[in-house]
Amino acid sequence: MRSSRTSKAALRAWQAGVFVALLAFWYVATSPTLVPPIYFDDPNKAAFFFGEPLRVAQRIWVWFSSGSIYPHLWVTLVETALAFVIGTLLGLVVGLWLALSATASALLDPYIKALNSLPRLILAPIFGLWFGLDMGSKVALGVTLVFFIVFFNVYQGVREVSYTVLANARILGASDRQLLRHVYVPSAMSWVFASLHNAVGLAFVGAVVGEYLGSSKGVGYLILQAEGTFDINSVFAGIVVLTAFALVLDWMVTRAERRLLVWQPRGGETEKI
Amino acid sequence: MIAGESRAALDLEGIQVTFVSQDGARYTAIRDTSLRVAPGEFVSVVGPTGCGKSTLLNVAVGLLQPSAGGVRVFGEPLSGLNRKAGYLFQTEALMPWRTALANVTAGLEFRGVEKEQAKKQGEAWLQRVGLRGFGARYPHQLSGGMRKRVALAQTLILDPEIILMDEPFSALDIQTRHLMENQLLEIWSANRKSVVFITHDLEEAISLSDRVVVLSAGPEARPIGEFAIDLPRPRDVAEVRLTPRFLELHTQIWHAMKAEVLKSYAQQQNQ
Repeated sequence: MRSSRTSKAALRAWQAGVFVALLAFWYVATSPTLVPPIYFDDPNKAAFFFGEPLRVAQRIWVWFSSGSIYPHLWVTLVETALAFVIGTLLGLVVGLWLALSATASALLDPYIKALNSLPRLILAPIFGLWFGLDMGSKVALGVTLVFFIVFFNVYQGVREVSYTVLANARILGASDRQLLRHVYVPSAMSWVFASLHNAVGLAFVGAVVGEYLGSSKGVGYLILQAEGTFDINSVFAGIVVLTAFALVLDWMVTRAERRLLVWQPRGGETEKI
Repeated sequence: MIAGESRAALDLEGIQVTFVSQDGARYTAIRDTSLRVAPGEFVSVVGPTGCGKSTLLNVAVGLLQPSAGGVRVFGEPLSGLNRKAGYLFQTEALMPWRTALANVTAGLEFRGVEKEQAKKQGEAWLQRVGLRGFGARYPHQLSGGMRKRVALAQTLILDPEIILMDEPFSALDIQTRHLMENQLLEIWSANRKSVVFITHDLEEAISLSDRVVVLSAGPEARPIGEFAIDLPRPRDVAEVRLTPRFLELHTQIWHAMKAEVLKSYAQQQNQ
């Protein structure tokens, strides 16, 4: 059997291959000269509707080399980061509180369920009204998305704490505070991290959708502007930039997870000597 | 109260435990059970599976309120958790997010013992249970037997007056089990505390204890026999099983237990 290192390299190569193949397909299908117009009557129409990969890349290059995208990117990233951090902290605190207090959770249960099933994107214009068209409304939208994901996971994580581990810690002399710090929180952490991957994506969604619905800065605003002038290449360029940064944030969460959840067993943890 | 009575380390008197389920069904796990353990005495409680042995131990440590009867610890009535007792669980009770050393020193940390001091004591205990150099491992990186050793050190580092053990070695293979039993006896002889050892394994009970209490089959389990074990100490748990006196005691106690085991078996068949 091959070692896991080479198979991992092979996997990466295949992943890159899929990427290249998709790009090639996009390029060929939208090129005015490479394929005869089967569907569109005008050979330039495919490029009009779907953009062209080279032009998208060029647009991204111009954005970054001229520096014109930085203020927009900065605004979007700050909104995302704030929504992520505030939503996560709120979710953690409220999740722990409700999971540990039977009365509070019984009292608030129907409200939590109602708020969660509410289609929250609808709130975006209202937030614009409340918090203005600057960052505030985007952060608020992101927070409402992130909060519930984290909240439900913390709630579940605390509920799933092993009875034996809990009883053991109590017999060893842990006070309620110490139980929270040494048993409930670490036990809930693996659930929290599972939710953070989703939370990062949703924080982004909150920021970009908020910008899209009304703003004067941000990548969402850039995309909206480009759509207004049928500049499909810029739209795709914006989407590519957003996706790249979402991947980076997700990777950061994975790194943090590896560091903090070092105690968890991982599959195939052997070493060949 | 007579002076002699108050000297019992652990005194369970007339304990009855009745569980009520959500639909109102009642289940009496144990009834009319009294158990008294002297300071420094090693008592085993044996009985067929499902006879409420663990329930009895949960009452003794204060995790469970008895429906009737009372618990006294060195003469004082027990309310809340039993602070004089250490408890070794049957199932995994280590905190998986703590290293072996951090698990061993958890109790000291909860009690506010200074970190360096706790670490020193923890290392010493790890060495005592034969896990020197394993302090930095997480529970999932240790074998079942090693995890039991960590749990043992975690409990004993607090130097409890009463040690309650709920089938602690039942999940281990027989060799590891004998090793752990000998280790337990060695540690216990060095610093004699009261031990209540729950097991369904009669041989284990006899080879470890000063006294063996036999419980009847559940529900409504109660003690049906008590046997003093006069085998000389120090004992080797594997060798002592070959002595004639051991076999005599075994036959005697098994005779008392047999009917109950069959009863319990029949009940399980009917379910």
